[in-house]
Amino acid sequence: MFRARPEVRPATVEVLVEGTPVLVPEGATAAAAVLLAGLPAIRETPVTGSPRLPLCQMGVCFDCLAEIDGIPNRQACMVTVVPGMRIARQHGAREALR
Amino acid sequence: MSDFDLAVIGAGPAGMAAAVEARLQGLIVLVVDENAAPGGQVFRAAEACAPDPAVGPDIMPGLPLIAAFRGCGADYRAATTLWHLDPEEGVLSLAAAGTTETVTARRVLLATGAQERPVPIPGWTLPGVMGAGAAQILLKTAGAVPVGPTVLAGQGPLVWLLAVQLARAGVAPLVLETRTVSIAAALAKAGGGLVAGRGLLAKGLSLMAEARRRGVRVIRGVRGLRAEGANRVERVAWEGGSAPCDTLLLHEGVIPSTHVSRAIGLDHAWDADQACWRPVADDFGATSSARVAVAGDGAGIGGWQAAAAAGRLAALDAARRLGALSEDSFAREIAAPLAARRAALALRPFLDALYAPPNAVLTPPDETIACRCEEVTAGAIRRAAALGATGPNQLKAYLRCGMGPCQGRVCAPTVAALIAEVRGLAPQEVPPLRPRAPYKPVTVGMLAASAESLQQSAP
Repeated sequence: MFRARPEVRPATVEVLVEGTPVLVPEGATAAAAVLLAGLPAIRETPVTGSPRLPLCQMGVCFDCLAEIDGIPNRQACMVTVVPGMRIARQHGAREALR
Repeated sequence: MSDFDLAVIGAGPAGMAAAVEARLQGLIVLVVDENAAPGGQVFRAAEACAPDPAVGPDIMPGLPLIAAFRGCGADYRAATTLWHLDPEEGVLSLAAAGTTETVTARRVLLATGAQERPVPIPGWTLPGVMGAGAAQILLKTAGAVPVGPTVLAGQGPLVWLLAVQLARAGVAPLVLETRTVSIAAALAKAGGGLVAGRGLLAKGLSLMAEARRRGVRVIRGVRGLRAEGANRVERVAWEGGSAPCDTLLLHEGVIPSTHVSRAIGLDHAWDADQACWRPVADDFGATSSARVAVAGDGAGIGGWQAAAAAGRLAALDAARRLGALSEDSFAREIAAPLAARRAALALRPFLDALYAPPNAVLTPPDETIACRCEEVTAGAIRRAAALGATGPNQLKAYLRCGMGPCQGRVCAPTVAALIAEVRGLAPQEVPPLRPRAPYKPVTVGMLAASAESLQQSAP
């Protein structure tokens, strides 16, 4: 779990993490928003369904794949927050036909 | 007719310095970078976090270069991903803001930087375990810090820097140092570098002193590290000890990010001192491809000052090759950056020797997950290697390692080292993983959007 430090970086951007409004600092990524929101996992793996949170924060590991504004499998650590952004967890493998 | 004289991939110190120098030489320059702001990882979000007392002092040295880059007149594309590069034709496929675009360049400079060396320990897939570099990026981009007991485990300059930065932010971590090489043994390999590198050495020593002053507790000689917990990390354990832990930050140094240089088939050489592959390049970054150069940590770990010098050298070489700089002027201009790079690299042999990754990091115990995407253990990889998998490319067919979303970025070093161990080979004798385009996923929608715009612009 992470917390912001409003005394140095005011949390001014409101995003929706799993539908819940969360205030995060400008310049934060969607992955940071998930950590600041305190979610236990950003996704569950396709192979065993085990929970994951971001590992590298620099676009390497793909452990932070999430659904952002309706588009799944996005690297949350490479997406900068904008007001109203919707960030949702991914559960297991994507279904081929929904 | 190309769109650009020089296309630079990456806006870290190497890419920024290259762009500034290339513009001074009159080249038309494109800079593509995945992040929202210039700086690379070392100066990530530098303009935004400079006022933060936790990271400001360490970020300040990057601000002049960022300002020079912002003002240099290069076509800078932030939040843009290179997903394919054709080195023969000089065609770059870019993705940004839900669409793709193709541009051409006479010369291409890969300044893709470094990534953290994977630290596969038992339990490292548990939520709450992340890279030390990852925590530093959260601090720089969002001012965020871990809540609850924080453990920083591993070795290298970044461990001390991050320990100090977290302590300045009020969350002093417990440091578990995994260093196995004695200072005396590293000194024996330092050569004359300690004198020329005394500035950097002094900075390192002052960081260690600041860590102590700020209450960072250090346990040395830690072996057999493991993360434990049910659905997230709750405890970190090692041989002879354990500690409660909400956030475990791992670090065993950084390695060149060679995904693109491998995908386009550049020649690479094994760097035994840094235990990693690096693209083969001359003093100016020129590679086995006639069009492509490399600079910065992506061409071998040297730190930001060496990277900036290498970026300048690659830009001067590009200007010379493209006829914008005479041989005489080239010979004159390279002297300063060559000297700057030599000075910046002086301490490197000492650091490489001191912080050499232990075998347990390169070839982890059987129960450890090596491939996080496909959840394949080191034991399964050892068994496949014993059955006959000769390299990571064959291993894909056995176990799917390297076929998950990260495309082998994380597991490739571990997989190759495990195969080398089982088959009794030197690391460089295992044929490395060959990544394929797209280097990062692009949606069908993005491709369709660019096709539509092409149709609309057709006569």
